[in-house]
Amino acid sequence: MSNADDIFDRVRGGLAAKTLESTVEHGVLAIVVEPAEVAEVAGTLKATFGFDMFLDVTAVDWPDREPRFDVVHHFYSTTDRVRVRVKTRVTAADPSVDTLVPLYGSARYMERECHEMYGIRFRGNDDLRPLLLYEGFVGHPLRKDYPKHQEQPLVPYRKDAS
Amino acid sequence: MNRPPASLPNPIRPAFDKGQTEGSVIVNIGPSHPATHGTIQIVAELSGERVVRTDVHCGYLHRGFEKECESHTWHNLIPYVDRLNYCSALINDFAYCEAVEKLMGIEITPRCRYLRTLLAEYSRIADHLTCVAAALMELGAMTAFLYLVTIRDYVYEHLADLTGARVTYSYGRIGGLAGEVPEGWLERLEEILDEMDTFVDRVHGLVDRNRIFIDRMRNVGVLSVDEAINWGFTGPVLRSTGAPRDLRKDTPYLAYEELDFEVPVGIKGDNYDRYYVRMREMDESRHMIRQLMDRLEPGPINVDDRRCTLPEKDRVYTEIESLINHFKLIMEGPQVPPGEVYSAHEAANGELGFYIVSVGGGVPWKVHVRSPSFVHMGGVHRMLDGYQLADIIPSFGSVNMIGGECDR
Repeated sequence: MSNADDIFDRVRGGLAAKTLESTVEHGVLAIVVEPAEVAEVAGTLKATFGFDMFLDVTAVDWPDREPRFDVVHHFYSTTDRVRVRVKTRVTAADPSVDTLVPLYGSARYMERECHEMYGIRFRGNDDLRPLLLYEGFVGHPLRKDYPKHQEQPLVPYRKDAS
Repeated sequence: MNRPPASLPNPIRPAFDKGQTEGSVIVNIGPSHPATHGTIQIVAELSGERVVRTDVHCGYLHRGFEKECESHTWHNLIPYVDRLNYCSALINDFAYCEAVEKLMGIEITPRCRYLRTLLAEYSRIADHLTCVAAALMELGAMTAFLYLVTIRDYVYEHLADLTGARVTYSYGRIGGLAGEVPEGWLERLEEILDEMDTFVDRVHGLVDRNRIFIDRMRNVGVLSVDEAINWGFTGPVLRSTGAPRDLRKDTPYLAYEELDFEVPVGIKGDNYDRYYVRMREMDESRHMIRQLMDRLEPGPINVDDRRCTLPEKDRVYTEIESLINHFKLIMEGPQVPPGEVYSAHEAANGELGFYIVSVGGGVPWKVHVRSPSFVHMGGVHRMLDGYQLADIIPSFGSVNMIGGECDR
């Protein structure tokens, strides 16, 4: 585990200027950055620290907080075998961060999901079509203010034969 | 009865509706196609029989898993996570339970750790059997399919003896397992492993050096290591390219650190390598299960922690404290301290990660699944473009996309 701590220390040192907070939680280095810095931080992680695999992007909705959303990225280094979480806070008025598609091909699909579920805009990703939902779906279902039971059927429900 | 309107809106908007070259055609494959397991839609531009480019759509099995998780107690989610990858449901159970246990600071008992590892490997075998069997059947190898599915059915029946269900087991519990192993279960496990050796050898004999099989699989759907990592491939697909990346070795969890096993890799990342890596992984899993059977010592399977483990039934009926404890655990759910965790297991298809956010209390604030199938669908076009139309079926089959975890 000391190996992972060394790597985390190096990453923290390298990104200190851009980091708002950094902690190690359950074996993952978690750093918080400004929305405008996400792409640059990811670029540094990939180029300097060998985080070559983009694992995941999602968001967390905190309706009573301003800024309202956390956008959470996870990266993995296949050489050092450690994970880093990069978190940023965006407002409901302007929920946008830069896309990571130029760095990681896999970001394209995952950003599409995060976009439709939370309405996060990924600047520079030219393919934000609905993926798990369908064309014409209204709203962002994983936001806390979207009612769980709301229905938007594409085909009208069949009424009773009587 | 009112009928649906004559023309329905298209649920998807394809990335292209005109071909790039003269004379190419756009063909829509799926979402309901007999040879794609799982409801997946592939919009392909064809030039003759050659695939120029593809646009892969998933989501037809989307059922709001993550939304639903936000209104149930931590324990009630276990049947839901079962239905992510329904070919190896136990791996999902254990990955989810471990993520919650990390937040609660619980260390499971040694017997539970060994049993979970054993069952995870057993599930991996069932998953690989399904994938390889289906892939072979699609190429016309019906005998090989029947051999593998015979074994898989032994596994399903055997797991039903343990858990009461054939496919979705709901056998994990936060802090332990649902129940003890029944008498005679491990003896039967040994019998099944021996039968498996026989049947898997027969499949090797039938297809490994079969000219038709090699012609369909070799040099089809080739991925390089860098490409696979860039597109987020993990699990057998990444290993087939030659990268020995396996979370069981790289970030050991459960009891994997104590076990002796190899990480099989391919040489060029084509369909044949993906077939072979899965077959070899089944050998390694059998080897691991045999080691684990030797290590399994008697002992408790659940942690003695009142925050998550239900009290003994006879105490619930005789003591007020246990009755309240039982009631609180069922009605309010286990109290998980605030925090967030990302915890990943090496599932049969790749990295299965749970990103969980708790604000305290019995209900999660957010549960996000990083499912290997979903990420693979984002890169699968790299394995389809440039090959023949008929190659879509074996290439797609070799990824083993599972709709339950892909669409959530």
